[in-house]
Amino acid sequence: MYYPLPPRPCSANRDYPRQTTAIRETRVTEPLLRISGVTKTYPGVIANEDVSLDIHSGEVHALLGENGAGKSTLVKMIYGLIRPDSGGMQMNGAPFTPTQPRAARAAGVGMVFQHFSLFDALSVAENVALGMEDPPRQRDLAARIQDVSQAYGLPLDPHRIVGDLSAGERQRVEIIRCLLQDPRLLIMDEPTSVLTPQEVDILFQTLRKLTDEGVAILYISHKLEEIRSLCERATILRRGRVVGQCVPRDSSAREMAEMMVGSSFAAPARTRRDLGDVALEVRALSLPPAHAFGTALRDISFAVRRGEVLGLGGVAGNGQDELLAAISGERRAARDMVHLSGDPIGHLGPAARRGKGLLTVPEERLGHAAAPDMSLTENAVVTGAQRRALVQRGFVQWGTARRFAEEIIAQFDVRTPGPDSAARALSGGNLQKFVIGREVLQAPNVLVVNQPTWGVDAAAAAAIRQALLDLAADGVAVICISQDLDELMELSDRFGALNEGRLSALRATDALSVEEIGLMMGGAHGMVMAHV
Amino acid sequence: MDLSSIQPGLLIASLMVAATPILIAALGEMVVERAGVLNLGVEGMMITGAVCGFVVAVQTGSPLFGFAAAAGGGAALALIFGLLTQMALANQVASGLALTLFGLGLSALLGQSYLGVRPPSTARLDIPVLGDIPGLGAVLFAHDWMVYFGLFLTLAVWAFLRHTRAGLILRAVGENAEAAHALGYKVVRVRLLAILFGGACAGLGGAYLSLVRVPQWTEGMTSGAGWIALALVVFASWRAGRVLMGAYLFGGMTVLQLNLQAAGVAIPVEYLSMSPYLVTILVLVIMSARRNQAPGDLGRTFHSAR
Repeated sequence: MYYPLPPRPCSANRDYPRQTTAIRETRVTEPLLRISGVTKTYPGVIANEDVSLDIHSGEVHALLGENGAGKSTLVKMIYGLIRPDSGGMQMNGAPFTPTQPRAARAAGVGMVFQHFSLFDALSVAENVALGMEDPPRQRDLAARIQDVSQAYGLPLDPHRIVGDLSAGERQRVEIIRCLLQDPRLLIMDEPTSVLTPQEVDILFQTLRKLTDEGVAILYISHKLEEIRSLCERATILRRGRVVGQCVPRDSSAREMAEMMVGSSFAAPARTRRDLGDVALEVRALSLPPAHAFGTALRDISFAVRRGEVLGLGGVAGNGQDELLAAISGERRAARDMVHLSGDPIGHLGPAARRGKGLLTVPEERLGHAAAPDMSLTENAVVTGAQRRALVQRGFVQWGTARRFAEEIIAQFDVRTPGPDSAARALSGGNLQKFVIGREVLQAPNVLVVNQPTWGVDAAAAAAIRQALLDLAADGVAVICISQDLDELMELSDRFGALNEGRLSALRATDALSVEEIGLMMGGAHGMVMAHV
Repeated sequence: MDLSSIQPGLLIASLMVAATPILIAALGEMVVERAGVLNLGVEGMMITGAVCGFVVAVQTGSPLFGFAAAAGGGAALALIFGLLTQMALANQVASGLALTLFGLGLSALLGQSYLGVRPPSTARLDIPVLGDIPGLGAVLFAHDWMVYFGLFLTLAVWAFLRHTRAGLILRAVGENAEAAHALGYKVVRVRLLAILFGGACAGLGGAYLSLVRVPQWTEGMTSGAGWIALALVVFASWRAGRVLMGAYLFGGMTVLQLNLQAAGVAIPVEYLSMSPYLVTILVLVIMSARRNQAPGDLGRTFHSAR
């Protein structure tokens, strides 16, 4: 199915689309990539059903949809990792059936993956060489990497080991790997989730420079505001089908979100609440890094009151994981560095802290917050044993545990066949709802969450944020560590940023601008502006 | 006690011989592990190589055919492991252990009628000019050709991993199989080839024992050399140069303690016998203590459908 009509804005009650210049220009030409009627089914699941869309040279085309809507399947087909069951693709009018990524790359398709496809132990140049068809000698390649990185304002030392790089720098490696192939279509899967606002700006400048050169960009993101500022057109997928196309600039984020979900959902509501006593206080917390790629915590002090949400931002790798580990008790500090309701607990381990009502949800869902191959019931026991009395006299009360897991599933709308499913089998959003729900239902005094909505679809993210706000309204102190600034602005009463293991001064959220936040986060993290 | 009977020149010459089987087997296993596969069947592949090499060398009268058969036998056994772990996605640790037990049994069966037979001797490589250097020539340059093959293999493996594209792909597969797959590399194929290479090397190492070092066939004659090779790879931090160093250290200690025993040193024989293992592991542990340099996906089963 091909759309003969010009793209319409999402809502019907608006005026006829104010077409952007980009669309008018590109519509007269043949599309770079035409996908027509592509279907892909897996046993029991239809990943893509009759999906059609056109991507034109020089446009940024957004692909929107919840987790599981079929976005990854679609881009994997374009990149040659999956073959469609039926339907076809055309590149510049000629049939395009890549059977492997190599063929796709040869045809000018580049892809920047959501979970970076990088090799930690190898150098930047080696990583780049692995993504190229016919790489030059390492020495020449290093020179070319430097040329391209200068040209697009993405500074990068080709000889550094990737394991030592920040998330933003790692993304640059992926982008440069694609750029060296002179791509005509660049697929970007959730590229901004790990970047500071300044880094996002620079990325967008790079992308605009590329579109000016005629490169088409297929842009996958959950961040609707970002899509509105960057993309010329958007295609929205729901349950494997195209449910609409729109011009993001002419549509509101809310309209697009509702098209993705297929129904309206409530935006998290904040209620005024009175702050109570100090629940958790961290005093001059310093810890050396736990491993070679870790960050040292340097003299961190803050206090959170009951009923308050404290937002902690910062670029990944600036001490977020370390701070969470120090608060949860996974890494112990000196006795007086952490106080819970006035008692020193810095020397206690996680179980003792949990017993006192300090609960945490780490960032990594699979492997840290939940054991991937264990069932949801078993995972519920892992942290809920004490506060929900799931273990008595050394024996696990499986009946009670199962009811606890079912309670989490019901209250947090976790979509799963039941409490016996393995944690691994759940989608990211559903598992995240489960691990957050597991802690929320243990009636914490203090809840610390790290990246609560990373890679989670809009509806699930809204539900999780609402749960955190409700918890605060009930007088729980909540600390939310996140790299999603919109989320922190929405949730938190006060905001602070981590930069190289130090915490900035805490500021009230309602008086902050994005620029100020960027400065608090430590500026552009080594980025220089592109000389366009 | 007569320490003067220990001659340094002879010691070096015989340590090169003693180190060669472990060196070759360990290099093969190192390549396998750099591809992300943990094959604990080195001992089984070595002894299979030892018996295959012995049988073929005796039958044909040619040590060269013997070594070729040893490589083939080791690789064939490794192929079983490869099919189990890469195609059937079996657990690598369990499959590797089973391979060792299977190899020990199979070799005993194959070698039954060859007990006490003498194999044809392997030719010495007479290096023209270097071999004539007085003293040094006899020590370093008058060995059989497998000793030099071991040294050449060290260099070749190092250069392959460090400088070739195929080596880079192999390291990438071992570091992050998911990412390598996403870039379009054939993870299973690369790993199978590495496993075959590892098996061939283990077979060669085993045949060196039965054809040169001992030289005859006895059941269970590898007596733990495969396990030493495995340990060597880990403690050498997966680097070819350090594998060579570790193998020579182990070979040197083995020869030295034999000499000390012969010289009648007043240390119980048991302590002397365990000394090569202790010293090698101690030295390499200290060297590799700094940080974990294991390939990122070592021992993890890769399943492309995810």
